[in-house]
Amino acid sequence: MKETYILGIETSCDETAVAIIKNGKEIVSNVVASQIESHKRFGGVVPEIASRHHVEQITLVLEEAFTNSKLIWDDIDAIAVTEGPGLVGALLIGVNAAKALAFAKDKPLVGVHHIAGHIYANRLEKEFEFPLLALIVSGGHTELVLMREHGKYEVIGETRDDAAGEAYDKVARMLELPYPGGPHIDRLAHEGEITIDFPRAWLEEDSYDFSFSGLKSAVINKIHNAKQKGETLKPEDIAASFQASVIDVLATKTLKAARQYQVKQVIVAGGVAANKGLRAELESKFADTDIPLLIPPLSLCTDNAAMIAAAGTINFEQGKRSDLTLNANPSLILR
Amino acid sequence: MYTLAIDTSNQVLGVAILKDKEVVGEIVTNIVKNHSVRLMPAIDYLMKEVNIKPSELDKIVVAKGPGSYTGVRIGLTTAKTLAWSLNIPIIGVSSLEGLAYRASFSNKIICPFFDARRGLVYTSLFVTKENRLVGIKEEQNTLFADWLERLATLNEEVIFLSPDMDKHIGLIRDKMGELAIIPDQALHIAKPTDLAIAASYKEAEETHLLTPNYLRLAEAEANWLKTQKDKQNG
Ligand SMILES: [Zn+2]
Repeated sequence: MKETYILGIETSCDETAVAIIKNGKEIVSNVVASQIESHKRFGGVVPEIASRHHVEQITLVLEEAFTNSKLIWDDIDAIAVTEGPGLVGALLIGVNAAKALAFAKDKPLVGVHHIAGHIYANRLEKEFEFPLLALIVSGGHTELVLMREHGKYEVIGETRDDAAGEAYDKVARMLELPYPGGPHIDRLAHEGEITIDFPRAWLEEDSYDFSFSGLKSAVINKIHNAKQKGETLKPEDIAASFQASVIDVLATKTLKAARQYQVKQVIVAGGVAANKGLRAELESKFADTDIPLLIPPLSLCTDNAAMIAAAGTINFEQGKRSDLTLNANPSLILR
Repeated sequence: MYTLAIDTSNQVLGVAILKDKEVVGEIVTNIVKNHSVRLMPAIDYLMKEVNIKPSELDKIVVAKGPGSYTGVRIGLTTAKTLAWSLNIPIIGVSSLEGLAYRASFSNKIICPFFDARRGLVYTSLFVTKENRLVGIKEEQNTLFADWLERLATLNEEVIFLSPDMDKHIGLIRDKMGELAIIPDQALHIAKPTDLAIAASYKEAEETHLLTPNYLRLAEAEANWLKTQKDKQNG
């Protein structure tokens, strides 16, 4: 049987990434050029600066990924690219590079949803078994996605306001932690105690949706009130208490959904999947079930193109194609 | 030798194919529509129409700005990726120089400009020497009123070219009076063939190092630099 090689491109936020994946499961090459150092001084990703970096990096990253693969163009079956969601100006660089490449090398073009990519990062570690449930937590997303087969996604729960990662970043800013704040909160949380009972937004009984804006406000108010009264709160304790509230809701809802849909696997994906507190909480919650919990290694949790090529492989195999009118779609819906 | 020239740096979308110095095909639209959606299909259409395969291309020429940040990046990303994947040379040409070619037959000073909002323009000056355009002023992002006042002191006739002429014609007449020559509409629209001709006098660039000619820092960066400076000055 002929092997399938898909070249993937990802530029939806602040990483310029290109990878080549064999048969949807095996990394042949995987290059990520991160811009994080450049955005640090602004305290967050500046879209215009991100786009400027992408256009400077794109052919360099393409060349490195292609050279590393030791393949020739005849080996490549298709070009996969993140078409959304994400920052529109950033997405445009990947989309236009992918179209030019597909045209120049006469290859099929496959648009990929960024979140589908995050889910498929796990297939680079272990084959999927359906039905499966995916919890996606990142700076822009908090979603529970049910999959009954390859390439089909049912969003059963999503955030109604802030993404979990967004709440992390905002609380980190309140605590004057450097950008990106998520990992700092996670680290502080392990040094502190859960001394404050922050609210948990369970929403309606049967809902798998999330809400983090109330929690964010509660943290801000707490810090504010303490300051006015001249009290000192340990940042470690705030971090621990805040994190406890976030991961309690995430883990509880994930377990409940996993039971209701009788899934064979639970997958955790997105940048916040790197969070040690969340990993530990999920592991303990799933310990007394027989549902396997899959969390990808750190390098595959954050944005990369291997995951886009992996998800793109499924689209390619299922005959899904994009044409040269493909555009960036910052609010693309997962289905 | 086949050259593909691309311009999406402003509202005009332009694609041209030249065989040596002969134009074999050109597409130009001047409408408010999405460059990202339309550029590759336009290239595909023109290449098929003139019966050339991508592998037959020998050179890519692209308008590198100034102009719309997003537009410039769409053109440059497409051009760089084509050049890299086909392993052929690329040449970036200033969008101002491309536009100035519309008046390259004259012996007067040529001032192409693009509106850059808030009274600012991207502009420069060119003259024709031995049938070639030569820049005589560094490209800049400047207040148009100031620029015109300085230009008027030369006391020479100047040809103005711009797709944004309607917005600025009053100011030009006001500052330059009879010295301003403003040609008919058609000459204010840049042509991708002109980019290819301009490029024929230039050396190829290292594909990876070709970057947009924004002529302006990103706002966040400008603000950041200002804060750093203020900090230094206490
Ligand atoms: Zn992501």
